[in-house]
Amino acid sequence: MGNILIVAEQKAGALRSASLNAISFARKLRETRGAGDLIGLVIGQNVSGAASELAGYGLTKVISVDHASLGGYMAETYAPVVAQVAKAQGADLVCGTSTSMGKDLLPRVAALLGAGMASEVSGVLGPKSFRRPMLAGNVVAKVEVTTAMAVVSVRQTEWAPAAASGSSCAVETADAGAVSTLGAQVVKLEAVTSARPDLTDAKVVVSGGRGMKAAENFKHLEAIADLLGGAVGATRAACDAGLVPNDLQVGQTGKVVAPNLYVAVAISGAIQHLAGMKGSKVIVAINKDPEAPIFQVADYGLVAKWEDVLPELTEKLKAVKASQ
Amino acid sequence: MKILVTAKRVPDPEQKVKIKGDAVDLAGANFVVNPFDEYAVETALRLTEKGSGGERSGEVVVLSIGPKDASQQVRSCLAMGADRGILVAGDDTALDSEQVARIVTAVVQKEKPTLVLMGKQTVDGDANQVPQLVAGYLGLPQACFACDVELASDQASVTVGREVDGGTEFKKLPLPAVVSVDLRIVMPNAVRNAQGGATYGDGPRYASLKGIMAAKKKTIEELDAAALGVSLTPAVKTVGVEAPPERKAGIKVESVDQLIEKLRTEAKVL
Repeated sequence: MGNILIVAEQKAGALRSASLNAISFARKLRETRGAGDLIGLVIGQNVSGAASELAGYGLTKVISVDHASLGGYMAETYAPVVAQVAKAQGADLVCGTSTSMGKDLLPRVAALLGAGMASEVSGVLGPKSFRRPMLAGNVVAKVEVTTAMAVVSVRQTEWAPAAASGSSCAVETADAGAVSTLGAQVVKLEAVTSARPDLTDAKVVVSGGRGMKAAENFKHLEAIADLLGGAVGATRAACDAGLVPNDLQVGQTGKVVAPNLYVAVAISGAIQHLAGMKGSKVIVAINKDPEAPIFQVADYGLVAKWEDVLPELTEKLKAVKASQ
Repeated sequence: MKILVTAKRVPDPEQKVKIKGDAVDLAGANFVVNPFDEYAVETALRLTEKGSGGERSGEVVVLSIGPKDASQQVRSCLAMGADRGILVAGDDTALDSEQVARIVTAVVQKEKPTLVLMGKQTVDGDANQVPQLVAGYLGLPQACFACDVELASDQASVTVGREVDGGTEFKKLPLPAVVSVDLRIVMPNAVRNAQGGATYGDGPRYASLKGIMAAKKKTIEELDAAALGVSLTPAVKTVGVEAPPERKAGIKVESVDQLIEKLRTEAKVL
């Protein structure tokens, strides 16, 4: 059995916390296999900080590939580096988290390695056998990778972030090799600036559906989200109706979230939406229709018009927060 | 400008999924074009037309892999306005991403399109791999999860806005290249070519009656993997399926006070 290579992500030289979920998967897989080293990989420019941070998570060793032309992530330049390191380190499995980078990069790595890939893995069944959701999470497939090399992307919401080990492993550097962009270049990044946490990282998400009726009504949800330090989300129907921007969309076609608390307001609970939030620890549904499917997954349901209860909820949450 | 678009047939995502034994039960399933692929077709059409009602300036070829029945979904893309279709025979319920990507790669090598457009994922397999695999096999640049595409006036490059964690990244790719599209690509101003400033409606277009009639006369070339020189061995086998763990329904609360009380003392999330 070969080694397990974990592709970690860094942002401005700091380890991205999403990478810790892939480490949890790798630890579990190592346990199942009973053999093989856990090797972390950090790619970029000036990444020694991220590499030494990664070294604190109980890995066998960390490889750092530091190169001026790898400063910005591009699948074209990163995939050959990952493939080359995987081969050099005797890895037979490469994994990473299903972030936007992981989803973009890992299949390209699989192509270069001639490897089969399992996406959004939620469980380990054997050395190369995994659980993964399909059909918007309505089915869990048991899959087996049959190629010598395997690539896995890990569904972030299904794996708790790994805890630091309290000790550090060695950090080695590896050569980037010839870096080719294939003529592609990143022109600019339009960052979304919001004082609220990112939807996929938020501990609390307050979402609204088309029943919110108008864009300005979302301010009621924003008020609650801000009180709880959470993010605002929406259904596809609300996005399509132009109430909020599409990047707030929670669901199979949008973002998948699993906060500690998910508050669904005026959301009926279409299959596509449930696929994106079913993993939440506690679900609260507020809907005027007692038959709405959302109540079948909600821990606490309140049958009411949002117009009647949101102002009261906001005031009472304020009081709770003030008393803490 | 020649654009190859992939379009898989998938079970209607609005229908309830049934499991029978070790597989998903597709008996009686209604098939539709994978929604993300439909967005890719819409994107291709917009890139090859001058504006609303303007003349076309390019060819859109729709590729699907599946049994003979899948020609219906190819035909519906042709009815939207695509020019011709290719249907590669295969068991679309059993092929894995690797095999699909090998077939797509072979068709790209045969057709030599200027641009390959795909949906970011199919809504049945949810794997999100084929565009990246094809780009990797062919050594072409890639831009995944596109929400904005602009074709340069010399048609030698595209600049793609793609959804990344924390915002939109704009990536310029020389052509040929592989682009996978996300939902936002079908917003009215999300696709621009250098020829005109047309705006579109929200979402993919419906086939017009004229389009449906015209599609009947368009050709769908039938191929198989062997004819394309692809030998297929699965890289990922599905050995079984199961229902996800049931989430048990909770309780209904009577008031905001009771809700807050439960969240504080029972769920302990406040």
